[in-house]
Amino acid sequence: MGRLNSARIGVVTFPGTLDDRDAARAVRLAGGEPVALWHADADLRGVDAVVLPGGFSYGDYLRAGAISRFAPAMSSVVDAARGGMPVLGICNGFQVLTEAHLLPGSMIKNDHLHFVCREQTLVVANANTAWTNEFATGQRITIPLKNQDGQFVADDATLDRLEGEGRVAFRYDGWNPNGSRRDIAGITNEKGNVVGLMPHPEHAVEPGFGPAGADGPHAGTDGLAFFRSVLASLVGA
Amino acid sequence: MGRVVVEVMPKPEILDPQGKAVVGALPRLGFTQFTGVRQGKRFELEVDGEVTPEILEQARKAAEEVLSNPVIEDVVAVIDASEGAAAAPAQSAGLA
Repeated sequence: MGRLNSARIGVVTFPGTLDDRDAARAVRLAGGEPVALWHADADLRGVDAVVLPGGFSYGDYLRAGAISRFAPAMSSVVDAARGGMPVLGICNGFQVLTEAHLLPGSMIKNDHLHFVCREQTLVVANANTAWTNEFATGQRITIPLKNQDGQFVADDATLDRLEGEGRVAFRYDGWNPNGSRRDIAGITNEKGNVVGLMPHPEHAVEPGFGPAGADGPHAGTDGLAFFRSVLASLVGA
Repeated sequence: MGRVVVEVMPKPEILDPQGKAVVGALPRLGFTQFTGVRQGKRFELEVDGEVTPEILEQARKAAEEVLSNPVIEDVVAVIDASEGAAAAPAQSAGLA
């Protein structure tokens, strides 16, 4: 338990990041110690895992996540991720992970061209990653989704490989909100330490402030399990 | 002052939602001749002095590594667009 309580989870802030505070709060509510990391600083301050939060880093200029990829902090995150450190990319953070080549594919504008903000149900497709081990495969969870460039695309060979290797972590349930290929909402790398998804687990961690849950409106806390999962995986590591 | 123009387009197999919206809007404004629109990006890279083969090569590298994402986009042109440069493309890249 000592290790669990002292796990340090870094949250990187880029210019234009929006959800770093919520991500840090989610880490704390799950039992970890959030550590603020700054995009211009290559020092990861000895963290055990890293969250790349949502927002519009660098205004989404060029392509979503394209410029953040070259931040000094990202060089360190890429090295650490290749070494096995758990990294979670949420929304814009997912876009950064694809631009940094830690995850395949890319995100383009939603097929309907509108910004979408809704409570989104997902099916957990892989419950063996560093960020999903507190779920059961096939479990349905509901967390907020909010984006404009959320359509996951990759060529068919890449999609076949992701599905064949069990690297689809989450699929949209019921309605595909952005035209993502094969209803993919989130994916993982080969080792399962890097996970990226468009919906926002950090906004579903506290009763009264989340999406609808079993106990009523705003009661949903399905996002907590992401952060508890990484704490559990660090204990097991 | 030299200038290199880089043009990037969404890959043909990637649905271009913006182009689709534009082609839908054109007939409403009376432009009924156009059956398809694809929307890309044009970058103008400025340099001190003239555009040498080395600078074009660097522009091609920047186009491939930063200005485009090969998963969703193709670099369709890297051109010396300096004043006085030949009107024809001096060099194209990414056409393979």
